[in-house]
Amino acid sequence: MNSATGNDAPLAPPAIPIAKAAGLRLKVEQASYAYAATDRSAPKFTLGPASFEAREQEIVAILGPNASGKSTLLTLLAGLARPLSGRIEVDGAEVSLLDTRTRAQQIALVQQESELLFPLRVWEYVLQGRYPYGKRLRFESDEDCLMAGNALAQVGGDALRDRWMDQLSGGEKQRVILARALAQQPSLLLLDEPTQHLDIGGKVELLRRLRRLADEKRYTVLVVTHELNLASEFSDRIVLLHKGKCLRVGTPAEVYERALLEEVFEAPLEVETRANGRPRVILGANY
Amino acid sequence: MRPLTPSRVLVVCAALFAVLFVAAVISLRLGAYPISVIDIVTTLFKGVIGRWDEIPSEFSSVVFDIRLPRIALGILVGASLSTAGAGFQALLRNPLADPYILGVSSGAALGAIISLVVAPHTPGAIQAAAFAGAAVTIAAVYFLGRRGGKLDSATLLLAGIVMASFLSAIIMFLMTTLSGRDLRGMAFWLMGDLATLPAVDSIWKWMAFLFGVFAIAAGAMYTTASDLNLILTGEQEARHLGVNVHRVKLVVYVAASVLTGLAVSVSGAVGYVGLLVPHVMRMMFGSDYRLLIPTSALGGAILIVLADTLARTSGSPTELPVGAMTALAGAPVFIYLMRRRVR
Repeated sequence: MNSATGNDAPLAPPAIPIAKAAGLRLKVEQASYAYAATDRSAPKFTLGPASFEAREQEIVAILGPNASGKSTLLTLLAGLARPLSGRIEVDGAEVSLLDTRTRAQQIALVQQESELLFPLRVWEYVLQGRYPYGKRLRFESDEDCLMAGNALAQVGGDALRDRWMDQLSGGEKQRVILARALAQQPSLLLLDEPTQHLDIGGKVELLRRLRRLADEKRYTVLVVTHELNLASEFSDRIVLLHKGKCLRVGTPAEVYERALLEEVFEAPLEVETRANGRPRVILGANY
Repeated sequence: MRPLTPSRVLVVCAALFAVLFVAAVISLRLGAYPISVIDIVTTLFKGVIGRWDEIPSEFSSVVFDIRLPRIALGILVGASLSTAGAGFQALLRNPLADPYILGVSSGAALGAIISLVVAPHTPGAIQAAAFAGAAVTIAAVYFLGRRGGKLDSATLLLAGIVMASFLSAIIMFLMTTLSGRDLRGMAFWLMGDLATLPAVDSIWKWMAFLFGVFAIAAGAMYTTASDLNLILTGEQEARHLGVNVHRVKLVVYVAASVLTGLAVSVSGAVGYVGLLVPHVMRMMFGSDYRLLIPTSALGGAILIVLADTLARTSGSPTELPVGAMTALAGAPVFIYLMRRRVR
């Protein structure tokens, strides 16, 4: 990476391709949610009204400290819960009103890897992504195999096809999990902390891959992450959450303000701007 | 990449069915009264096409009244327990789960023992009471195992284990009140035993009823097979992919419990089959539940028929409990397959 400092960076607005001439994919309008243990008890957690948009080919990073509402927001976007108020639209259709099958054909959710109980081959796992297209008992068709094969190729996983899932490295497994999501042929990809168990090389590789998928295959990608610098480097838009509130939405340069980040993450931070116009966050001197 | 197809399921099942048929013929062949394989096959064939008057009466009695009902019962018990085991392993997300883990067998045993205390020597009472005991336990564990109105794997497991040990304590207490003969019967029942057929008018009508219940419960579980594949790789993602996780869990819980109750009420608690067979079938044919459920049913049937044949004949004239034999016959196979996979 370049080592431009804050001093020699341009002050003009960064050259980030935010206004691509691409269609609106996701529209979140004043969506809110409240979670309570039982119907009668007071809500344990609320997500204040959040509004933002995402277009085709865009990567949006959802940032915030722990318990800020990132996963809750992702649950709403995935249609697993209905917003208390407001609307979430994907390609013009309200997510909570879609039937599960249609929804799973449009939106794919990649969560932190869950432990597999019984041995499974990589291709069997990827084929599971074809579930929303299947008929009764869902025996997979030739087309399903073709799509799963394509999905695996898109993540560079052809060679992994016949391996056992439990014998993959962290990076390989993450790619296979992504391939299962791609096999759903979605237009919107949601990823919940996909870089969590990866080393820095794996993290960069995954985000490069997501960038390429967004650019070439026109996916819209939403990533929940703790990686401020990788988010800045690879995403077009940032949604910053704090204590269940959507604090700011914008390009990395618009969101990465020192005072704001310090307040949200409760740590002394400094923000520099790199030569490519993307901000970079480092730990402040007086930690 | 070779996905599972219906024809592969049929081919594998047909092969296992052939093995089961061979096991049944071996079991018919062995016993105190000598009868040749040719005689067995002609007797079966004539029986099936209804030419009863051409069958020598001693053959008819040995094959149709003594050995075949016991084999049919073995098939029913083995198939039920293995299917239930495969179901519970998915439901509880635990490879160590077996059909008895949630206390269904303890509930059945308590029902049986109560019938021995209250109404001894009433024909059919022990089976009916055992099934009632299983049903009550199923309901109780269901209500204890819910969290936020939905079945939660961990809560269900804890509720079941506590229920099982509580019921076992009551059983131990009641067993001290039994007389010698009933006590021996109860001990055999707790170990699992196929020797006692109930005194019913028509054994084959009764058998048809039992197999009908099996077909409904196992069929219900099979409808959830592809959903279970997804649930096993992550509940929330399965939900997102369109699986009604709550409904699937409920169907599997009820179906697996009914299958366990069915097996236990006719044979007592035959151990090991429900744990072992699903694992062996996974090692042989993969983890896909669309194949695992039918192969487990057939594999369980094969194991019990062979184990019961050993139990009947190896220690002749005394009979050994079939439960001990299932472990004796199954464990070496299991260890062999496990080591082969590790290599």
